[in-house]
Amino acid sequence: MTETSRDSQAEIIDGLRQLLKKQVPLDASTNIVRDLQLDSLAVMDFIMSLEDRFEIVIPLDRVAEVETLGELARVVDELRGRN
Amino acid sequence: MNCAEGIELVSILSKFAPLRQTYDSLRSVGQNPFEMVFEDMLSSTEGVYKGRKTILLGTNNYLGLTFDDACIEEAVTAVRAHGTGTTGSRIANGSYGTHRELEHSLARFFDRKHCMVFSTGYQANLGMLSTLAGKGDYLLLDTDSHASIYDGARLGHAEVVRFRHNDPDDLYKRLKRLSDLPGEKLVVVEGVYSMLGDTAPLREFADVKRQMGAWLMVDEAHSLGVLGANGRGLAEEAGVEADCDFVVGTFSKSLGSVGGFCVSNLDDFDVLRVACRPYMFTASLPPAIMASTIMALRRMQEEPQRRQQLHENAQRLYHGLRKLGFAVGPQCSPIVSVAVADAPLAVEFWNRLLEGGVYLNLALPPATPTPAPLLRSSVSAVHTAAQIDRAVQLFEAVGRQLGVLPPVVNQARKRQAAVAPIAGHAEVAMVASGGAR
Repeated sequence: MTETSRDSQAEIIDGLRQLLKKQVPLDASTNIVRDLQLDSLAVMDFIMSLEDRFEIVIPLDRVAEVETLGELARVVDELRGRN
Repeated sequence: MNCAEGIELVSILSKFAPLRQTYDSLRSVGQNPFEMVFEDMLSSTEGVYKGRKTILLGTNNYLGLTFDDACIEEAVTAVRAHGTGTTGSRIANGSYGTHRELEHSLARFFDRKHCMVFSTGYQANLGMLSTLAGKGDYLLLDTDSHASIYDGARLGHAEVVRFRHNDPDDLYKRLKRLSDLPGEKLVVVEGVYSMLGDTAPLREFADVKRQMGAWLMVDEAHSLGVLGANGRGLAEEAGVEADCDFVVGTFSKSLGSVGGFCVSNLDDFDVLRVACRPYMFTASLPPAIMASTIMALRRMQEEPQRRQQLHENAQRLYHGLRKLGFAVGPQCSPIVSVAVADAPLAVEFWNRLLEGGVYLNLALPPATPTPAPLLRSSVSAVHTAAQIDRAVQLFEAVGRQLGVLPPVVNQARKRQAAVAPIAGHAEVAMVASGGAR
């Protein structure tokens, strides 16, 4: 895992902690929809907040392929590298 | 044999088990809102349900032209003259003169050079979005976009980016992030959003579009015949028609039939006729539909008073419900939606309205912009004041029965002041309904 990936992941987890009312263990293997029980509207809002946090654009098809926090961090990393 | 087929069926459909459960639970409350059958249609505002006259308050029949005598006559004449259907696409079977006449009528009405008609409004969006934005291009969609816009985006090969609902600054931010990347950027907004009836801040969107060198498409499905001095929609009302490169819309609301269109001034627009798959590979509109649509477009222009009456009716319903304390949408439009706390309450409310003789739409998340289910009405120019008043009375009665409204009006006022002095009606009604459950 690269340095930025850990940074992205830490920031994603930080963002999720603010969003979730309850304490849930969060790591790279956490399944965003299943483990966190977020509905699709909440997930999309969260993705938009990440776009703003990292100053990137995450196209919808990239969101579709993501299941875990680790996968999300990798997509964010890749897009951060692009900009 | 039967058994084997049965197993096959279960396995391929088993992924829908949770949906089936939800669907069945809706039925257990009473009538399932998603399988309504009217035995008869009496007029643009009345149908027969279980042998009883029912007010139609959720059919997007904004101008009430579905039973217009002239439109019906045109349809009857056309079906006799040209038959019941075209039996194929315009590419394969050829166009009828009426297809061209319909396109010319729309182009003239919108004062645009080009028009393409589609067999449904859904297909117009499917076709235009998937074809205009290709590989390497970007589609920028409002988060509250209609399913046809999302589906059009999925059908194509462009990258899809969402911006916050009705937020031109958010759009600007996202376009800015994309500004160094190659590819065309197409922004898609709707004139009136179908769930809450709110309009897009189109002037501001047009400013952003111009500044960032993007293209702009406006879906006037719910605003054609509703907004603008001539009924051309939000682009006309906001005075930014020149900035709207593409206007799409439907015939199935104000024009009372079925079909969709896109108009544009862009040179070479017609090349899309041989590139746009949802235009090429489906049967074209049948003669009767086109004939009634051409006449409806004429009737709409001849009788601007319908639009005036529509807005008066919208005010009557919107303010009637709002005054009672219901959580209506942010602005008055012919779409009047009431948010309620949760799905079981919404289904119960909807059923009691139907039992009382008023039909409207039940919208459940994720089809709604927020997690709150909506009781969605759409007003018509031909609703009578008595019909709207009846609907408001029934809303009040059911609202009090179910605890969505407090039992007495005087107490409601006090409570509003005590609970949330600065909260809007939306929050108050949500608190009231939440508290009762």
